Amino acid sequence: MTTTSTMTTTPLTPRRIDPSAVVARTTARSSVQETWVQILAMARRALKKMRRKPEQFFDVLIQPLLFTAMFAFIFGGAISGSVSDYLPVLIPGILAQTALTVCMATGVQLREDMDKGVFDRFKSLPIARIAPLAGPMIADLIRYGLASVLTLVAGLAIGYRPGGGVLGCVGGIVLTVIAGWSLAWIFTWLGTMARSAQSVQGISMMIMFPLTFLSNAFVPAETLPGWLQAFVKVNPVSHVVSAVRDLFNDGAVTAEVGWAVIGCVVVVAVFAPLAVRSYSRKM
Amino acid sequence: MADLSAVRADSLVKNFGDFRAVDGIDLHVRQGEIFGVLGPNGAGKTTMLRMLATLLPIDGGHAEIFGVDVRREPHRIRQLVGVTGQYASVDEDLTARENLWLFARLQGLTGTRAKTIAVELLERFGLQEAADRPLSQFSGGMRRRLDLASSLITRPPLIFLDEPTTGLDPRTRGQMWDTIRELVTDGSTILLTTQYLDEADQLADRVAVIDRGRKVAEDTPDALKTQVGDSTLQLNLADGSDTVLAANVVRRLLGEEPVLTPESGRMNIPLPDPNRAADVLIGLREAGLGISSVSVAKPTLDEVFLALTGHGADDEPQMEAAR
Repeated sequence: MTTTSTMTTTPLTPRRIDPSAVVARTTARSSVQETWVQILAMARRALKKMRRKPEQFFDVLIQPLLFTAMFAFIFGGAISGSVSDYLPVLIPGILAQTALTVCMATGVQLREDMDKGVFDRFKSLPIARIAPLAGPMIADLIRYGLASVLTLVAGLAIGYRPGGGVLGCVGGIVLTVIAGWSLAWIFTWLGTMARSAQSVQGISMMIMFPLTFLSNAFVPAETLPGWLQAFVKVNPVSHVVSAVRDLFNDGAVTAEVGWAVIGCVVVVAVFAPLAVRSYSRKM
Repeated sequence: MADLSAVRADSLVKNFGDFRAVDGIDLHVRQGEIFGVLGPNGAGKTTMLRMLATLLPIDGGHAEIFGVDVRREPHRIRQLVGVTGQYASVDEDLTARENLWLFARLQGLTGTRAKTIAVELLERFGLQEAADRPLSQFSGGMRRRLDLASSLITRPPLIFLDEPTTGLDPRTRGQMWDTIRELVTDGSTILLTTQYLDEADQLADRVAVIDRGRKVAEDTPDALKTQVGDSTLQLNLADGSDTVLAANVVRRLLGEEPVLTPESGRMNIPLPDPNRAADVLIGLREAGLGISSVSVAKPTLDEVFLALTGHGADDEPQMEAAR
């Protein structure tokens, strides 16, 4: 009963609410600056959740280590003649694959999150519809960064010596993070469309495997049949992989880097509006 | 400004496939009142509230909140309405303080202001000791209080409460009622849904009774109760075939129409005054009609329903309003 007494003795604010004054203060939509503040608040929420559930870092930690070692020793000899000759080809490929896995987790987690009661409140608040989607994606930048660095470190440990030096490596990782964030909009869109987290997982797998394996991530594109090469050439993952190779191995900002960035911009331009629209319609 | 209504809805409609969840409901909520929407599960209460809160698209009809069109200006509506749902819509993975901070930041309060308002609200709702505990350790009542606190951050002039006390124990329910009454003294208008006549009676200035997506009555709680009598005399006759005779006795003595329930021999008699129960019992004995059991009960939602619609509140369990 102490509750009741505190409630009566400490009114929130003494003034009474004047509805017509509140109506006059309302705005038709969130301004760009307001939207940015909302996105950052949602990002901070996602970070707090990450800290409390470290198990969601498993894919980020294990996949780079496991796949780098496994692929290098299994395919190295067959594809490039030796493990050390394969590493400059493989590490950028693994990097792209890891980034895509993290993207997939973004979609699955968004779907899980959307099924919770708190999303009802997000929808009832006067916030930009993009904020609940974009916030977690900003927090996910940390996961892309972590996964990229780990992949590179695993490569270095088994003998990869990138010719691009420190700058080239930093450039490659930054590009991977940008690409991961951009491609994540595809999976975010799936997250808003699908009926359950499991179905997001299933559909995402079907998208992720062709995107990574039907690219130049693990094998040189020239060895593929012509019709497949055609797909590999338009696959944005191929461009990202080539660009990261150029950065890592030669420290060169080539046309491939430009194509990769353009590819990312196109993906965001198409899928971000789709995701927001499907999210708003879900209410 | 005085005649600006808080809510004005005309013939609202919502369909879920072939099922018409809300079927042409008119609603007029005046400023500063507590308006209750009373009805059983699946009557369309929650659906109606969610349409007004921009959480569900309106399929037909027109709705305004403080003169703002709900369909055309959802972003403005969201600045005018605080929504507290049937299931606490707070973030289970954050603490109470973090929840309030997040909702405050999202609504444009500065970091420092968000922190102070969180402290104020935690104190006001008696949650300061649990402020930094994970929500998984919260009781149902604490969650509801946090949920309500989250709706009050920007002091919205209109507050929607969807079944605010369903599932709470009587003591917590009483506390919630006190809090709701206080909100009105701050100048807020409240639209609440409930399954309990008792709750509508305690809180609401006016009540709309909803059944199968339609409004079947709208009045003050007192007026609604007089339609069914203040309390009910329930009796089972020893011999079921006496029902008609017994009904005549009741009509003669009280001038009230008894409700005969399907099981033979069972009668519910509305009592304007509980003391008149004795008159009925004496009348029945004088007429030589035996009774097997007798009780006097306060009117329940079921009886209000029976009186207003001719069928019970849970005659036909319908699909739970889609969320």
